[in-house]
Amino acid sequence: MTSVDEPKLTKKDFKSDQDVRWCPGCGDYSILNSVQAAFADLGKKLHETVIISGIGCSSRFPYYMDTYGFHTIHGRAPAVATGVKLSNAALDVWVVTGDGDAMSIGGNHFIHAMRRNVGLKILLFNNRIYGLTKGQFSPTSPQGKVTKSSPLGSVDYPFSPIALALGAGGTFVARAVDILGPHLQSMVKQADSHTGTAMIEIYQNCNIFNDGAYAGFTDKGVRDARMLYLEHGKPLLFGADNDKGIAFDESFRPFIVEGDDLGKAYVWDETADTPAPAMALATMDEAKFPVPIGVFRRIDKPNFEYGVNQQIDAAVANNKQSLKDLIYAGETWEVT
Amino acid sequence: MTGTDTNRGLTSSNPESGIPESGTKELDQVVIRFAGDSGDGMQLTGDQFTRTTALMGNDIATFPDFPAEIRAPAGTLPGVSAFQLRFSSFDIHTPGDAPDVLVAMNPAALKAHIGQLKKNGILLLNNASFKALDLKKATYTVDPRTDGSLDGFRVIEIDLTARTREALAESDLDNRGKDRCKNMYALGILYWLFQREVDPTKKALAEKFAKRPAIVEANLKAMAAGHAYAETVEIFQVSYKVAPAKMPPGTYRNIMGNQSLCLGLVAASQKGNVPLFLGSYPITPASDVLHQLSSYKNLGVATFQAEDEIAAVCAAIGASYTGKLGITSTSGPGVALKAEAIGLAIMAELPLVVLNIQRAGPSTGMPTKTQQADLLQAMYGRNGESPMVVISCSTAADAFEVGYEAVRIATKHMVPVMVLSDGYIANGSEPWRLPDIDKLPPVEVNYAPEGVAGVKFKPYERNPETLARPWAKPGTKGLVHRIGGLEKQDITGNISYDADNHQHMINTRAKKVAMVANDLAPMETIGEKSGDVLVLGWGSPRGAITAAVTRLQEQGESISCAFLRYLNPLPNDLEALMRSFKKVVLPELNCGQLAMMLRSKYLIDVQSYSQVNGQPFQSQAVEDYMRTVLQEVK
Repeated sequence: MTSVDEPKLTKKDFKSDQDVRWCPGCGDYSILNSVQAAFADLGKKLHETVIISGIGCSSRFPYYMDTYGFHTIHGRAPAVATGVKLSNAALDVWVVTGDGDAMSIGGNHFIHAMRRNVGLKILLFNNRIYGLTKGQFSPTSPQGKVTKSSPLGSVDYPFSPIALALGAGGTFVARAVDILGPHLQSMVKQADSHTGTAMIEIYQNCNIFNDGAYAGFTDKGVRDARMLYLEHGKPLLFGADNDKGIAFDESFRPFIVEGDDLGKAYVWDETADTPAPAMALATMDEAKFPVPIGVFRRIDKPNFEYGVNQQIDAAVANNKQSLKDLIYAGETWEVT
Repeated sequence: MTGTDTNRGLTSSNPESGIPESGTKELDQVVIRFAGDSGDGMQLTGDQFTRTTALMGNDIATFPDFPAEIRAPAGTLPGVSAFQLRFSSFDIHTPGDAPDVLVAMNPAALKAHIGQLKKNGILLLNNASFKALDLKKATYTVDPRTDGSLDGFRVIEIDLTARTREALAESDLDNRGKDRCKNMYALGILYWLFQREVDPTKKALAEKFAKRPAIVEANLKAMAAGHAYAETVEIFQVSYKVAPAKMPPGTYRNIMGNQSLCLGLVAASQKGNVPLFLGSYPITPASDVLHQLSSYKNLGVATFQAEDEIAAVCAAIGASYTGKLGITSTSGPGVALKAEAIGLAIMAELPLVVLNIQRAGPSTGMPTKTQQADLLQAMYGRNGESPMVVISCSTAADAFEVGYEAVRIATKHMVPVMVLSDGYIANGSEPWRLPDIDKLPPVEVNYAPEGVAGVKFKPYERNPETLARPWAKPGTKGLVHRIGGLEKQDITGNISYDADNHQHMINTRAKKVAMVANDLAPMETIGEKSGDVLVLGWGSPRGAITAAVTRLQEQGESISCAFLRYLNPLPNDLEALMRSFKKVVLPELNCGQLAMMLRSKYLIDVQSYSQVNGQPFQSQAVEDYMRTVLQEVK
């Protein structure tokens, strides 16, 4: 979408004139920063970019981007965005949502956007807590989470947004972390190049209501040992010196290999025709296994708006009808 | 229109059917009701009679009345499906109250409908389905054909099943397939009896079952056999003729309410060069809107069958934001789900058309029955002060103008518009005089032009005449801006919690809706513009009210009627009109919702005449009620 006669925009150009009002120290700042940087690198145009959000802390995002933006209602951003993308497929449509917005109140729209493969890019800020309503547990909070609405610990089992997206037929499913800027930017760029629905779950720290939710694997000291970077075509290795790996048994149950068995580490294929390996990684027990980030799945599939608009274009081309023909159609009679 | 819906021999106000017993007779009008199992093809039969009759130039009005179940247990009372039609040689407004002719395909149909058949009316019974088990299913303990309960009707008993099988002896269809043609045998009898032309039905069936010629052949054979049977066996001493109605000159087609509503939307879209986008989720009785608009892809109409009602309206809002005209179609339960999103469209000041094809509530209610009880939901069913334009259609043909008007208002004023129709209008049909395309009113669509470099775009800078904000399509250079459900500062559109600004925006959104009234033509009345009683109506009771009031006028009563298409805003001249009468009466199929609105707004003692039983008003009941009101006024 770049043209020769217009200068490429910089990160600064994507900043709106509105003061950013997230809590100081919120992970959202680093995500905003990474997205602005990635958008500038991608040569995006302000007027071709639309950011649509629901309700929650993350959903304030559009106000801080000097693009088109629509801050809609709770959980419904994918539905509004679907209407936008269907109506003008040339627009670059991004949805910004959170774990409450997308996984709870808007769960239905999220799975159906995935199923249809609409050309939307969904950034799901997952802080495993309700921030804007001041700290209740969310559908991604671990069981036993003590909050104001669960003083004895939450009884709900959480679900994994990645597994949900895969189960719903997601064609691009990835995970990034707020503080790992370059990796996050790379995920944003890969999502951008995907034609169908692209979903990035972004682990985001809420330093007020759920501080340190991810510290157990994102802190510098433990990061190498506790995180698994997914790289297409490369074996699933982790550890300080890549001395450990993940392999699967015949039932796609993961297990850790090391030493002489390191060569058995599974070679990652994000384009695999089965979602099984991605699902296996998405549902690994966080306490026993490293936490994977990167692209879980990326497959090509014609997208929804293409199919819809193709039908309309073909009908318009093949069956021209004037308004008069339409209204005067069927069995008519004259009264004189 | 010439003539009025008055008492001429066979009308609904005559308790006795005037169909003569012998000789060739010319009639003004006839009311026929087809009733049978929901699998007996009564809707198709009624539809065929309607098409033929419309093409023959009669005025016609129809009322399909069917169960919600696709196939309720065969032979039972809940499974009875009926189709009433009234045709005439003069201008009529309703499908009639009581039928002159009842076709009952089984005992359940007989039991459900015999109570309404006029005295001395014709009752055509299918004898084949009066076995002991059939009677039991219909909860008859005694065979009604033998206990004298049918005395006073002209009963014609025919074993339709046997006759149809005989007629189709050479057909390759199995007995089951043959039996399915018995409705056409009955139709053939009625075609002879009322001198209907058979060609339109031949053509229609050939089209409907184009891929199954054996079915077409069998149906036509059964119809021809029924026709011949009626003619030769002399079960009737006469056949009847209903001359064409004197209608205003023009080209006509028979139309159902949901169809014409869709055509109105598409016509406005073409006129304003604004493409339509429908987001919808199937719901009775609105699904036909989704079906119909889905067939207009060649006119650039996009339809999106969403995952739920909320997604449907949200996608429509997304489409409107992008520069298309977003529409969502549903019924009351769906409107309840969409309420929050409609509030967003009000806040974002985007055009949107919400079609509520009302049905009997509350909750799931009676999905296939009609009601007008969603008016207050349309007016007030959202959080906060969130006024929206509410307009209503009153007949199948009127729905075209209302659909058109909804788009015109939404795009000119940049507001969401709620259209109230109902199941009676949606599925009923009438002849529609087709409009002159060139004379349709303009549809104003003003997209904001590209911005000027260095000048910040103001998304809430308003058109002084309408207070509409600019329609700034994403993709347009220089117009980047953010909108949303949070309160914003006027002009700049920036988020604002300022007290004075909020008050100003509340007032502005209300004023925007109120200003729509400036577009409205003066109110029309049937009858004088002052007098004893004004009957006000909105929506589908229009026909029953018109029929009742014109009959009373012919009897010299000082009574007029007027109809409200615009419910929010109300016409500016409504108050003066109401004050010109001693009494204002408002019949509506709810517990007095519009009456309450008018009473509170104008402090006028509007008298509510309420009926909430899932059925349309009968014109006779309205007439009787108004007669008592007239006596009280005097």
